[in-house]
Amino acid sequence: MYIIVVGGGRLGYYLLKALLNEGHEVLVLEKDVRICKTITDELGSVCFRGDGCEASTLAEVGTGRADMLVAVTGDDEDNLVACQVAKHKHNVPRTIARLRNPQNAALFKKLGVDVTISATDIILETIEREVPTHPVTQLMSLDEKGLVIVDVKISPESTTVGKMVKELSLPKESHLALIIPNEGSTHVPAANTVLRAGDQIIAVTSPETKEALKAAMRGI
Amino acid sequence: MKIIIMGCGRVGARFASLMDEDGHEVTVLDNDTYSFRRLPPSFGGTALFGNGIDEEAQKRAGIEDADVFVALTQGDNRNVMSCQIAKHVFNVPRVMCRIYDPLREEMYSALGLETISPTKVFAQLLKDKVEKTEEKAED
Repeated sequence: MYIIVVGGGRLGYYLLKALLNEGHEVLVLEKDVRICKTITDELGSVCFRGDGCEASTLAEVGTGRADMLVAVTGDDEDNLVACQVAKHKHNVPRTIARLRNPQNAALFKKLGVDVTISATDIILETIEREVPTHPVTQLMSLDEKGLVIVDVKISPESTTVGKMVKELSLPKESHLALIIPNEGSTHVPAANTVLRAGDQIIAVTSPETKEALKAAMRGI
Repeated sequence: MKIIIMGCGRVGARFASLMDEDGHEVTVLDNDTYSFRRLPPSFGGTALFGNGIDEEAQKRAGIEDADVFVALTQGDNRNVMSCQIAKHVFNVPRVMCRIYDPLREEMYSALGLETISPTKVFAQLLKDKVEKTEEKAED
């Protein structure tokens, strides 16, 4: 695959290295001549000095045949414009933007950026997963379907302990897929399955009803 | 009319005071309060500290009932992003965007933004003026 990386900072540098190792054709666009020189000295001619937001620079490096453009500069506005120029001027099929402000995710999607990545959100998700007391952890997001897969833990204090699945007031868009109990084997929940403390439940829900699901599972 | 201006540079400050003089409700947004020194003492509008590419800052500036949003910072990309927020998130009826780079200006104009490239306009103006004096000299 031909991948263009906009921004040769630390993130761009390590991304470039990893992608090269995987055997892809990669080119970094970087405005700063010194950074460009460092990358070229170390990794060969894989860095082009220029502004990745400029249509002419992107034309020069053959963006028209690129499979993907990844914008990882430190500024959200630059990442947005690089992706938009790649998409609208050069028909790049897949654009990925790094976000500093996680709140920009919805905006970027609306404006045509295919994927957004926010370090803040990733770290938050990891914390949620690491901290055992957090009852609902997001495992995966199915963007096209507008659904998320979550992991719900039934703590001993939950008032739902001892209740049957059909007694829970689950939001409409939420479905329980799997129960992984503390002891015993994993099973698919039926209407009369009884919840026990320590159960780990894999559920599918819409992002909007995540909080409602959490409340229903805690019984508050 | 309620107008929000992002960027209180020379153009931003001047445009703000002109609109203020005409009796419009003007709010100027800048992420450096030192820029507000450019506003004249008679300026009757609001000068607000904030980053215009932030939805929250735009809300604080009153974007939800603004009639016009104009982006006049030094950064083309910042202008483009703030204008797209104003247009696509807050549905401001009139959004105007300064873009120095003529190529970028053409692209965003094609994508439906109302854009002005000072580079293009000024170069054209100079050309017209120079050619006019030439004609006069020939006469």
